[in-house]
Amino acid sequence: MSENVARRGFLAGGVGGAVLLATAACTSNQPAAEPSAQGSAPAPAPAASGNDQPGEKVVIGFSAPAADHGWIAAIAKNAEAAAKQYSDVEFKPVEPTNDINAQISAVESLIAAKVNALVILPNDGQQLNQIALQATAAGIPVVNLDRVFPDKLAYRTWIGGDNYGMGVAAGHYVGKKLKDKGVANPVIVEIQGIATLPLTQDRSKGFADALKTYGFSVTAKQDAQFTVETGNKVAANLLQAHKKIDAMWNHDDDQGVGVLAAINEAGRKEFFMVGGAGSANAMREIQSGGSVLEATVTYSPTMASSAIKLARLIAQGKGMSDLVENQVPQSITLASETITKENVQTYLPLGFES
Amino acid sequence: MNGVLSLTGRRFGEARHLGLVIALVLLAVVGLVTVPENFATASNLVSILSLAATIGVITVGMTFVIIGGGIDLSVGAIMALASVWATTLATQAFGPFIMAVCAILVGTGAGLVNGLLIAYGRMVPFIATLAMLVAARGLAQRMSDRKTQLIQQGNEAIVALSTTRVLGIPLLVYIFALVVAVGWIVLNRTTFGRRTYAVGGNPEAARLAGIDVRRHTMLLYALSGFCCGVAAILIMARTTTGSSTHGDLYELDAIAAVIIGGTLLTGGRGTIIGSILGLLIFTLITNLFILNGLNTSDQLVAKGLIIVVAVLLQRRNLKERAT
Repeated sequence: MSENVARRGFLAGGVGGAVLLATAACTSNQPAAEPSAQGSAPAPAPAASGNDQPGEKVVIGFSAPAADHGWIAAIAKNAEAAAKQYSDVEFKPVEPTNDINAQISAVESLIAAKVNALVILPNDGQQLNQIALQATAAGIPVVNLDRVFPDKLAYRTWIGGDNYGMGVAAGHYVGKKLKDKGVANPVIVEIQGIATLPLTQDRSKGFADALKTYGFSVTAKQDAQFTVETGNKVAANLLQAHKKIDAMWNHDDDQGVGVLAAINEAGRKEFFMVGGAGSANAMREIQSGGSVLEATVTYSPTMASSAIKLARLIAQGKGMSDLVENQVPQSITLASETITKENVQTYLPLGFES
Repeated sequence: MNGVLSLTGRRFGEARHLGLVIALVLLAVVGLVTVPENFATASNLVSILSLAATIGVITVGMTFVIIGGGIDLSVGAIMALASVWATTLATQAFGPFIMAVCAILVGTGAGLVNGLLIAYGRMVPFIATLAMLVAARGLAQRMSDRKTQLIQQGNEAIVALSTTRVLGIPLLVYIFALVVAVGWIVLNRTTFGRRTYAVGGNPEAARLAGIDVRRHTMLLYALSGFCCGVAAILIMARTTTGSSTHGDLYELDAIAAVIIGGTLLTGGRGTIIGSILGLLIFTLITNLFILNGLNTSDQLVAKGLIIVVAVLLQRRNLKERAT
């Protein structure tokens, strides 16, 4: 009896293994034939002056959160691609992590390795402020990417997107379009990211402020959690709550995939939608023209490419060629750009795969 | 004697369901009062069922595992892994049917691994499935490179499960109903079901009665994995994607639904209908909060309260039964 059991167990194990082996053939993500945009990072434009000429050799350390989201994945990819462009840059990324503690020790290891410049996208600016201060004290210039350190002593230069501006850009697109149509008392729905994050609150404030200039306000807003699945769930319920919608702004193109699926499932077409971030997928949707998604406002991960370029210039003691000053500025806020069917062609190469 | 016991048992079960039905009715009344124009529409009800379908399928598997005296924390992660595996470009090249088969094989395979570790490796279910939760989610991230994998052109048949309606109801709701019906039959009308209650109620007695407890335990986890595979197909249909972020914390929703439904965490007792009613209560709460434009954080508080109240009531009922 017990022998029988053992044999059965072995058999079952064998079956389980075989099942996994059989399906193991299906794990590849390489496209069958044509090379797709997937995996390739946008090539940054060359600098106007001689700044791109090889100079002093520099080592640039890079630390960012683990990519659980297309946007963050694009950040890491873009940083690496930008560094590869230069023969004088040695790129030293550390293992990405979502654990604050682990990121602190990763940055410590980069400080110990005496890199010439650091590019850090902290999991949380507040909590990594201390380690950035240490790097600066050790004479390593820190380029702070996107999520800002509260202490200005902690970094040399900050570069990031404009969350408030993103809301403003979306608000202007929605406001102007509804005004032109002559809609009175429009139903405007907003699908946020994670409501507790300051970045989400900034986006919502910008959106509300811009709408106010047209005399409009947001009818309903709900937060999804930046994932496709939550976007889908929240949108499905919102569509039930509002039988007639005039415009929708969804903060994030990644979760937007789920939002669009819910809209298609419900067969709703009476409104137009604006996205956020600027994923390649959203751009293709805008380009095709058949969908409610008419526009998206950027919060582009190309900022990582720029951050690497800035780190290189700072480490080499150069300024930005188009500016008069001899040194790189202290802070650079990227403008949130509005992508529509008219200009999508120019933005497609910059879109990230979600 | 036996007849009397089973009679009280059944009555006991019905009373429990009555409580859940009353709770559902109360929530529906809240909906009718606060959002009369939007709540009782056919499209809203269909929407609630479509939302419930994915976790619902998982809940059926979870009910079996918990009645059998175990727990499966890895359901959300297994569903994510199955959705990712089924949507890699390599799998997608084989078309929608193979994608669905792949999702089910991956789900069942992962469940089988859980089962082997627990039944033959003698690991505690909590630990073994916790390990699977972490590992499956990690593998899903690796495989997808943490990207959202869209269903490619030519494989829209998967998405059609969500967009095609028969009698006004999306196909995936029928799949959900089918899984519930088959689950109910297996649990209540087959030897497998009776063995599940026996194994969960008293494994030693079950063993003495000639049931191969280990083999049965292993099969329960494989069944749960199978349900995760089916759920993966449904989530792919709904979101048009496979992603390592799918199914986050589904294990908690599914366990909560099972508990609210009156299944004992210690095993040996419980019903599928109860679990599904528990799940519908949760889904209805989400729906009501969004229809009323309320904050999602408050939803979580409400759900927590419901779990506590349900378990307290359950304990009272048990005491009454004992006396």
